[in-house]
Amino acid sequence: MSTPTHHSPLTTHHLRIGNGCGFWGDNLDAPILLAQHGRLDYLTLDYLAELTMSILALQRQRDPQAGYATDFLDVLERLAPVLRDQPSLKIVTNAGGMNPTGCATKAQDILRKAGLEDRVVATVTGDDLMPRLDQLISEGHSLANMETSEPLSSIRSRVVSANAYLGARPIGDALKLGASIVITGRVADASLTVGPVAHEHDWAWDDWDRLSAGTVAGHLIECGAQVTGGLWCNWQEAPDLANVGYPIVEIEPSGLFRVTKPPNTGGRVNQETVAEQLLYEVGDPAAYLTPDVSADFTSVSLNETEADVVQVSGARGKPATDSYKVSIAYRDGFTASGMLVVFGADANTKALSGGEIILDRVRRAGWHLEHTNIERLGAGDCVPGVAPAMDAPSYMVSGAKEHRVSSRVHLHEVVLRVSVRDSQKPAVERFAKEFAPLVTSGPPGITGYTTGRPAVREVFAYWPALVDKRAISPNVKLL
Amino acid sequence: MEESRIPLATIAHARSGDKGNHANIAVLAYTPAGFRWLQKNLTAEVVQRYFASLNPSRVVRYEAPNVLGLNFVLYEVLAGGASRSLRIDSQGKTLALALLHLEIKPGVATEAMYRPRPKGKNKGMSEVVTEMMNVFRKTPYQKRKKKA
Repeated sequence: MSTPTHHSPLTTHHLRIGNGCGFWGDNLDAPILLAQHGRLDYLTLDYLAELTMSILALQRQRDPQAGYATDFLDVLERLAPVLRDQPSLKIVTNAGGMNPTGCATKAQDILRKAGLEDRVVATVTGDDLMPRLDQLISEGHSLANMETSEPLSSIRSRVVSANAYLGARPIGDALKLGASIVITGRVADASLTVGPVAHEHDWAWDDWDRLSAGTVAGHLIECGAQVTGGLWCNWQEAPDLANVGYPIVEIEPSGLFRVTKPPNTGGRVNQETVAEQLLYEVGDPAAYLTPDVSADFTSVSLNETEADVVQVSGARGKPATDSYKVSIAYRDGFTASGMLVVFGADANTKALSGGEIILDRVRRAGWHLEHTNIERLGAGDCVPGVAPAMDAPSYMVSGAKEHRVSSRVHLHEVVLRVSVRDSQKPAVERFAKEFAPLVTSGPPGITGYTTGRPAVREVFAYWPALVDKRAISPNVKLL
Repeated sequence: MEESRIPLATIAHARSGDKGNHANIAVLAYTPAGFRWLQKNLTAEVVQRYFASLNPSRVVRYEAPNVLGLNFVLYEVLAGGASRSLRIDSQGKTLALALLHLEIKPGVATEAMYRPRPKGKNKGMSEVVTEMMNVFRKTPYQKRKKKA
């Protein structure tokens, strides 16, 4: 582990891990800035959302070299000078997606060209269950839907990807073998942090309290700026969000850690931002299940020790379960969604009529769409049926005059959004062609048709399942 | 005297997100007094009723007293979830803010539930919402109705 000179004597044994990417599409400069100014031992980069794997699986079907998060390679290229300045900086990322080996090969090329051939690249694979899906089923692993208990056979022919969420251990193993860049396929998000910290602090894989601490740390930083001021309810108090600092956790061997961000960056780390993120996308906070541990998020204490530093202590954990979660994606028809702006008296009524006209025309053309939705954005349809209670505050925010406060029906401007989903692609394609005509053949005051026909895209539905850990063997390989 | 109604945002902040077709809303009180009130009054039933138009099949409430928090899981509330839902907010990102508009009547000891005043001049969301509600309440109902 590196011991940068500006660490105080009390904290020389802590490990600094920063997460520079919360999802594929996140800010491209964030990882560079974080690595430059974060005094990091490890940089983690999380590219995979629930359904990213299905998109990557299709890319790999078309091109066997593809199927990983290409953004990572751009980031790595730009990181080269930083890696040269900081020889001990290591990177752990799930950018490998459906093709960690392909991603790692390209990464190694980039490192060589940058004169960094001494950096060892490793892959973690074994998460991709697609090649042995039928074998698993025949061996008695039902991969039934966790929520509905339906057997996988009901959608088997439509499955495009099936990945187990691996844990931190293979990442730790790769680091032990001397890797400085670890590229994984699907692993649990928090495990990107738990791997390095368990390795560096030599935590046992059944040290549940410490693994829980690492998991809390990983969970807090996995969504990037969401813990440093992004999404924060009191966001007006977060200065300079344009230059928001990405999060760093500073983890002691005991498991106690601090959440912070690089100096001279925008955003805020305080009790509120950390508490909001602690419970983000959580079910039972007393049992947050990962492949590594059952973490008790209700056991930790948050203490704001100084500006933009929150100390997290007391994490408790219980043994991990004996199964991995599996994320399966399957084809589920086609969808399209289009928007138009509706202006003038009775905009709300006109928007509804406009939406109905579009759908009626598709019907007259002979297509009976399976799922349709008409929304009037600006009229409260973001949270349909709940928003009316919010009319008063929301219209006051926009500086509206008193008399418009409760005038939901008499809005002068709304966005009409019409969306459909259907198993028949031609039905959805026909729908996409009905937006332009409405501008000239519908109610007056409809505009904003400037971006062309809505795109028709395939729907990949999500099928969560569990699989016995003994059926899966994570694979670590140095390039 | 009639108990005054305030938005939930006055005593709590919140964040929401998705898990497949389910959503969670974490509601975090600003003070221990606020948390005790929420524990007693912001039940799963209240939240289920508030979001009835989104048809959650059930709502489960968990407690995280360490952060003065209640975590609500709203099952099957996203009309299909991220990839299939036809709603603009297919991931439930805005549910937390919607819930913060819930009008509550915490009674006489309300002051002890307010967010401690932050340093600096900027107003927090709870203050902005409270101001808006005050303006709204000062406008007589008849007047609003007639002009609307």
